[in-house]
Amino acid sequence: MKKFSQRHLLGIKDITADDIQLVFETADNFKSIINRPIKKVPSLRDVTIANVFFENSTRTRISFELAQKRLSADTINFAASSSSVSKGETLIDTVNNILAMKVDMVVMRHPSPGACQFLAKHVKAQIINAGDGTHEHPTQALLDAYSIREKLGDVAGKKVVIVGDITHSRVALSNIICLQKLGAEVMVCGPSTLIPKHIESLGVKVEHNLMKALNWCDVANMLRIQLERQDIKYFPSLREYSMLYGLNKERLQSLNKEIVIMHPGPINRGVEITSDVADSKHAIILDQVENGVATRMAVMFLLAGM
Amino acid sequence: MNARTILEKKQLDITLDRLCFELIERLGDFKDTALIGMQPRGIFLSRRIKEKLETILGKQNFLYGELDISFYRDDFRRGHDQIVPSELKIDFTIQDKKIVLIDDVLYTGRSIRAALDALTDFGRPAKVELLVLVDRKYSRDLPIQPDYVGVAVDTRTDDKVKVDWKENGKKDAVHIVTNA
Repeated sequence: MKKFSQRHLLGIKDITADDIQLVFETADNFKSIINRPIKKVPSLRDVTIANVFFENSTRTRISFELAQKRLSADTINFAASSSSVSKGETLIDTVNNILAMKVDMVVMRHPSPGACQFLAKHVKAQIINAGDGTHEHPTQALLDAYSIREKLGDVAGKKVVIVGDITHSRVALSNIICLQKLGAEVMVCGPSTLIPKHIESLGVKVEHNLMKALNWCDVANMLRIQLERQDIKYFPSLREYSMLYGLNKERLQSLNKEIVIMHPGPINRGVEITSDVADSKHAIILDQVENGVATRMAVMFLLAGM
Repeated sequence: MNARTILEKKQLDITLDRLCFELIERLGDFKDTALIGMQPRGIFLSRRIKEKLETILGKQNFLYGELDISFYRDDFRRGHDQIVPSELKIDFTIQDKKIVLIDDVLYTGRSIRAALDALTDFGRPAKVELLVLVDRKYSRDLPIQPDYVGVAVDTRTDDKVKVDWKENGKKDAVHIVTNA
């Protein structure tokens, strides 16, 4: 009997390859549901979910909220900026106050790595990590891998390069773990200041030359430069970064093969990727967004059903 | 564990033939009619029925679909095993169609209730009928009755009705497994 192995989704590192496949199979069903005239199923009609965001988010929050609505769950949204957190309340108190109103599941984004693990230990509700600092962003990794599977048929054996700010990226870490669990080869590419020391210990290749990386890969996942997380200068200028690591039409055309272009959003057009590439048929950026709703529905359905 | 066979291959075949002729008798040329098998176990029956109808009536384009009811079940979060959905294939609109729902065993009627809910999310059917291979009599939790019945049986609540198909890697047969 197939079963999801965890009660929470805190990180990709806690779940198995079977769990990931189960999410994908379930997401296939939801993908067909969100493409039909009535885009809703009643599965989670007795479930209340709180979206607790201590950090800004548009795409992830909307995606989760829509996924919850498509599953008929009741939702409440909580943004730290307009809450008692600014009055000095602790994380556990904040969440326990929400749970006292009979909430079953908490989707949380938090700037501190490990905040979701901490919460899972101390409160009763099921926790889904929607990004904790520079640590993990498991649903993004799931939807990225799902999008690769959809586009290329399978993830196993594929070569994926993640380009950009690896040091500050939770998307990169979750993606690396997820892709490896599914049998893909992973490379990271970027200026050495943005690639963590000892990242080879995760079993990934490291490349500082974008063209070499592109020639190697089947899929290129272009990350955004997270200026908000960079307390010091890691490279001289955005313009220089763009010249060395930006993906443009010329670079893409000079390859003697077609590669799939991904981006977790939000895009800084003209920095890590130019408009003509982002809007080209090689880019599956908007498919990723659509798949985000389906995979998040799958995750919440599987967790709620245990 | 005691298994009693109530239909063997030959009888099952005759029963399926009879069900097909009943369908033809009631539905005629199958205009605006769709056959919909219920995942996961009803699809073996529905595929057989479709094949047989095509043999009897000649190849024609039946509207045929397979419905998954996982997201509509009333026992979700009620302490059962994890519900894992199956594939759903309905590539036509249900609006104003006559639907024949097909499942292997009718027991409590709860799956059919879920199926009716699931169907209405694809449109408003003109009519829905129910075809089952095995009707476990006097065991309904809901006011749901079949329109076409392969065989009706008396069972106890702790009995299990098992329907085997060669497509499933077994010999065609229907058994009642008793826990006595």
